[in-house]
Amino acid sequence: MEQQRRTASGPGRVLVAVYAIFALAATSRAGVQISTKFHEAPLAYLLSAFAAVVYIVATIALARRGDGWWRVALVACSIELLGVLTIGTLSLVDAAAFRHPTVWSVYGEGYLFIPLALPVIGLYWLRRTAPVKVTA
Amino acid sequence: MIFGFAVTVAVAATLVALWSFVQSARNRLPDNPLLIGIAVVEVLLVVQLVIGIVLLAGGDRPGSMATYLAYLIGSLVVLPVGAAWALAERSRSSTAVLGIACIAIPVMVLRLNEVWSGATA
Repeated sequence: MEQQRRTASGPGRVLVAVYAIFALAATSRAGVQISTKFHEAPLAYLLSAFAAVVYIVATIALARRGDGWWRVALVACSIELLGVLTIGTLSLVDAAAFRHPTVWSVYGEGYLFIPLALPVIGLYWLRRTAPVKVTA
Repeated sequence: MIFGFAVTVAVAATLVALWSFVQSARNRLPDNPLLIGIAVVEVLLVVQLVIGIVLLAGGDRPGSMATYLAYLIGSLVVLPVGAAWALAERSRSSTAVLGIACIAIPVMVLRLNEVWSGATA
């Protein structure tokens, strides 16, 4: 049986590194927001925390080997893409409700739009490293 | 913060990042000169931590204490973790990992200074 391509090998190591930095950035930001001024904008700060969890899960799943972790990474990157598109759009449509920034506001404008590019690259990489399907 | 020192840290980290990306493009593995460059940046970050603590002890306050401490301490962990990740599998990609870790430093240092100058988030 052929070993699947590991998601954390080769270019995947760079991807994991970028994910880890976003996990750190999003977690720190959410931690500060929730611990110091949660009452100001509970929804925005809960979204920040949610984004942080997604980045942490994606980082760990991409860094691990095995079909199970590959699937976890697929789910995390998909939620991440959905999240950045949804929050990005909502923050443009209803700017008043999103005055308090999250990583995903305006499609990650505050982070050079990397939050928008990252899940796309992540999903592409997961396709490249997909577990080998047994075909009849 | 001492702005001049922050610029020094940011420029040093950016140079090491560029060096990493050039080396990766040349298909090089992480080598000792590059790792020494990373170590120099890390030492500068430790000095920055000391300066940050001394300024706090002197009675000055940043725009947001929590954010300030998060950047001050967070900036210290990026390079060691990045280097460990890079060296666990040595390839041209791990050289690029060092570059990614380094390029995060100027962003954090500049944000740190904004927070010190009164920014709250």
